[in-house]
Amino acid sequence: MTAEHRPGPYTLGTMAAGPSCCEPHPHLQVRDLSVAYGEQPVLEGVSLDIYRGCITALIGPSGCGKTSFLSTLNHLIMQDRGARVAGRVLLDGQDILQSVPDLMHLRRRIGMIFQKPNPFPLSIRRNLELPLREHGVRDRRTLNEKVQGALTAVGLWDEVRDRLDRSAPALSGGQQQRLCIARALVLEPEILLMDEPCSALDPIASAVVEDLIVRLRGRYTVVIVTHNLAQARRVANYAAFFWMTERVGKLIEFGQCRRLFEAPAHELTAAYISGARG
Amino acid sequence: MFRSGLDHGRRYNADRLLAPLLRLSAAVGALLLLLVVGFLLYEAWPVLRGGGWQAFWRDEGWYPLEGLFGLMPMLWASLAAALGAVLLATPLGLASAIFLQFYAPPLPAKLFRLVLSLLAGIPSVIYGLWGLTVLVPLIGRLQPPGASLLAAVLVLTLMILPTVALTGAAALGAVPRAWLTGAEALGMSRKGLILGVALPAARSGIAGGVLLSIARALGETMAVLMVAGNVVQLPTGLFEPVRVLTANIALEMAYATDGHRAALFASGLLLTLLVLVLAIAAARVSRGEPRHG
Amino acid sequence: MADRLFTTAVYLLVILVIGALLWVIGDLVIGGLSRLSWSFLVEAPSDAGRAGGIAPILVSTLLILAVALAVALPLGLAVAVWLAEFTRPGRSAAQGIRLTLDVLAGVPSIVYGLFGHAFFSLVLGLRFSILSGGLTLACMILPLFVRTCESGLSAVDDGWRAGARALGMSRTSTVWHILLPAASPAILAGLMLGIGRATAETAALLFTSGYVDRMPGSLLDSGRALAVHIFELSMNVSGGDEAAYASAFVLILVIVALNLMAQLVTDRWLTRRIQRS
Repeated sequence: MTAEHRPGPYTLGTMAAGPSCCEPHPHLQVRDLSVAYGEQPVLEGVSLDIYRGCITALIGPSGCGKTSFLSTLNHLIMQDRGARVAGRVLLDGQDILQSVPDLMHLRRRIGMIFQKPNPFPLSIRRNLELPLREHGVRDRRTLNEKVQGALTAVGLWDEVRDRLDRSAPALSGGQQQRLCIARALVLEPEILLMDEPCSALDPIASAVVEDLIVRLRGRYTVVIVTHNLAQARRVANYAAFFWMTERVGKLIEFGQCRRLFEAPAHELTAAYISGARG
Repeated sequence: MFRSGLDHGRRYNADRLLAPLLRLSAAVGALLLLLVVGFLLYEAWPVLRGGGWQAFWRDEGWYPLEGLFGLMPMLWASLAAALGAVLLATPLGLASAIFLQFYAPPLPAKLFRLVLSLLAGIPSVIYGLWGLTVLVPLIGRLQPPGASLLAAVLVLTLMILPTVALTGAAALGAVPRAWLTGAEALGMSRKGLILGVALPAARSGIAGGVLLSIARALGETMAVLMVAGNVVQLPTGLFEPVRVLTANIALEMAYATDGHRAALFASGLLLTLLVLVLAIAAARVSRGEPRHG
Repeated sequence: MADRLFTTAVYLLVILVIGALLWVIGDLVIGGLSRLSWSFLVEAPSDAGRAGGIAPILVSTLLILAVALAVALPLGLAVAVWLAEFTRPGRSAAQGIRLTLDVLAGVPSIVYGLFGHAFFSLVLGLRFSILSGGLTLACMILPLFVRTCESGLSAVDDGWRAGARALGMSRTSTVWHILLPAASPAILAGLMLGIGRATAETAALLFTSGYVDRMPGSLLDSGRALAVHIFELSMNVSGGDEAAYASAFVLILVIVALNLMAQLVTDRWLTRRIQRS
């Protein structure tokens, strides 16, 4: 499923794909993570590894804490007053939960894409420049280069190059989401967290964004929450299956994606995948 | 090992400056009320202390230079003017609101709304000017002297009319479409629909608007000062000149001293209290959802 | 049948309303235009205002307004931003301040005049001055301005806040670059309300900025606002009605002009932020 075969304005344009395999070295290591909102626990005892350059899919029914899990990785959950977190999250060996991290630096290394595309109500150019300026890039030439680079990487450059100063929310849903991905990429992160990035898009736009995600493999580590099992199969190297037991989300099974889908070790996993439960 | 959600925003340098700065300005805002109320209390204290304020209804009349501070005629005048204005403005305003929402075609409706908004923005002193130069002589021809309670009522009506009409129209507009189409489907006439469904559903919003208008009329100074005649007496008839509390403060502030001054401040506090009670009532009342008639 | 009666009643009342409103507007326009001229706008008043113009009065009015806005705008925005972005909903400090502001919004203007007189003019020693009047007006317009701005900020899409956080942007940047521009329609509305109220205000200025109708030399001089001038001409100067009407006309024009300007400035500021590269 490559873009070259798809006609019309939905092609991704010229874009190099990453290396086809990823390295089984852990980029993020989660150990015994628990999350609660006030008195209400949402996640308990989650341990898994996110491997460098690979796409890891988080699957499972709604309410199992997948989004909370994702928000913990870039510390976004801490914005929620009343959120309490325990456990360890090691980024290249350093626990980012224990030692209070330099947030700006952390969020430069870990980017996030949300379910509902949220381009700022500014021009396309400003959307990309704002985070760059925030992180200290001021030189006009560098800014222009990085903006163009990010837009090219998501296949938007040809589509928007002559209207960079027009309003970003005026773009179509799929373009908006790709812009949001470009906005995250412009900071040159190592890890991309995606919370159901395609679920608010129409099928064609969804396919284009999915294609883009596949091309990110190898160059970026991607963690993607998705309800679309077919998408997970198409896209992911590793899959983590979450389920709710005793009113609390738990990680049931984690492993290579193909193996999880074809020969699930846990009966719940098998049931969910076959559509019998959830 | 559980850690509470911290405000990590504080870790950014810019934010480290901003939050305290903002908190400071918020404190200034809060201090403002304390300052206003505090000063009023302080200035009014000589009268308030030791039950001096009971003179407000015990004394024979308002003769400040002789130490008599009977407020009642002026309080009644304020209430009479405000309530009279509301009595006139409510049917007129409601009719306008109903017209805007149910009868007017889009262009005239837009124009009408524009005119109403424009009039809502006209300063009260201009209404007073008009009242003084047009209304008062007119009334005077009917029954001298012309500057009277009636003039005050009419001018106040003009002033609160746009607000009653516009808030009424908004309340009527907030009635769920479904209820209105349901009534039409039942074959109800327009009158029936309006009186039976729309008005009852919008009544909390309308009532809130009316209460706020009373508050506004009570607090109005300039227009009433200019047309009401400013004689301190109980409002015995529509054509008699009266003095309202607000006008009294404006007229006497310049030369009041000591006890007189304190009495004026105390009357200001009384006014504020009245207005506040009405505002709270308005907020309570308009919180009601559109209800089934 | 009853329906026809009802309709007739509604139309009659509306005609009454429109008639009354047109009467007032008509008198204002006719009375105002008869005396209006360029010299009226640029000359100083003479013969207690019956003759001459309103130039120093216009200057005083604008100065008082400028003082009021210079204080109320930044302070009001700061409080609104604090309430909307830095407090948790339901927290008592924020609730207390909101309540305070709502109460302040309802206080009658003459009472603000009392306060301004007692505090700014006497305690702070500003006497009758433009500064005193401007500060009093600032107190008056602050509460409603804050509430309007705050509701505008709260209504801004939360997705942008989350996105900005995820990109590592500080709260300050988020507020300045994204939230304030997004809330600018509400801020503008609040500003226009404030301007309208301030320019129309008479009672609060009577004892704070005073009556002097000469050209003010500084903010500490007393100055007569346009609304006060109208009051003075109609009530205390016999034969001053003509000039009063002309002044009234100018006052309405000033209010309309100020609102238009506020709208233009905010529009331009908004589009500039969207397009600036």
